[in-house]
Amino acid sequence: MDLINQPIPWYIAGPLIAIIMLLLLLVGKNFGMSSNLRTICTALGAGKTCDFFCFDWKGQQWNLLVMLGAVIGGFIAFNYLSGGNAPEINTEAISNLKTMGFESAGKNYLPIELFSGDIFGSTKGIFILLIGGMLVGFGARYAGGCTSGHAISGLSNLQLPSLIAIIGFFIGGLVMVHLIFPLIF
Amino acid sequence: MKSVAYIVIGIFFGIVMLKSEAASWFRIYEMFQFKSFHMYGIIGSALVLGIIFIQLIKRYKIKTFNGEEIIFTNKNKSIIRYLLGGIIFGLGWALAGACPGPLFTLLGAGFFPIIIVIIGALLGTWFYGLLKSKLPH
Repeated sequence: MDLINQPIPWYIAGPLIAIIMLLLLLVGKNFGMSSNLRTICTALGAGKTCDFFCFDWKGQQWNLLVMLGAVIGGFIAFNYLSGGNAPEINTEAISNLKTMGFESAGKNYLPIELFSGDIFGSTKGIFILLIGGMLVGFGARYAGGCTSGHAISGLSNLQLPSLIAIIGFFIGGLVMVHLIFPLIF
Repeated sequence: MKSVAYIVIGIFFGIVMLKSEAASWFRIYEMFQFKSFHMYGIIGSALVLGIIFIQLIKRYKIKTFNGEEIIFTNKNKSIIRYLLGGIIFGLGWALAGACPGPLFTLLGAGFFPIIIVIIGALLGTWFYGLLKSKLPH
């Protein structure tokens, strides 16, 4: 039983993600989570503002159900499978984070400096999360996919565009962590 | 019945995301610091098996559970949109510490500030739609 409370090691998690992609292919769908953001925009009426959102979003309901499942899975894992334990991250990364003011590094699942309820009272905090989300949403649609659509589905199908997108993901991530983090934290 | 299958696949995905710590901001930070193999191991091993699965499907013309052909559409050829879009996505991935799948998983786990990130992601998607015709693709 103790196994359930342990984190899933990478060599189990990766194959499980591949199996999720396979299951979706076998039910005739494609693994890609960021499409849901477009679907939600359309369902909220964004089709009135531009053509990009003019499509029959009901055909994407299956993906919204996968998304709903991902929410439920998060609830189950956090509450019943000890999914909220602090990741044992690298000690050097912890000390780097502490010098930037992230005292929760190594102690929490997410940095409480950004993800505790207090953030709703911090203009800077709200701004950081909002901008982060906007970059994720904008970038995923511009690149035509996110980690699931490009790094898993696209690369598994040996698509060169997906490789280019992933190189982009890394350029962006490295610039943020190494060049921009020192300026904002 | 099919709806249940989609939800179950999603639950499975959500549990894997949270329990593998791929939904942790700290793991994403550590990945971009090259301080741990964890995230590379997850993506790399998913990829190796994923390539094998897709090759098998193509070679043996494996059908869906309903007996339909599995069709793979090639992505449009371009460099600029994938590179620029990818860079913008990467900036956000590192800052918010979550990609679109984990966004929803973290909401279920009860990290409510993630709602701000989700609102941002919806706004970002909408802005892309508004600006699409003006961007190089």
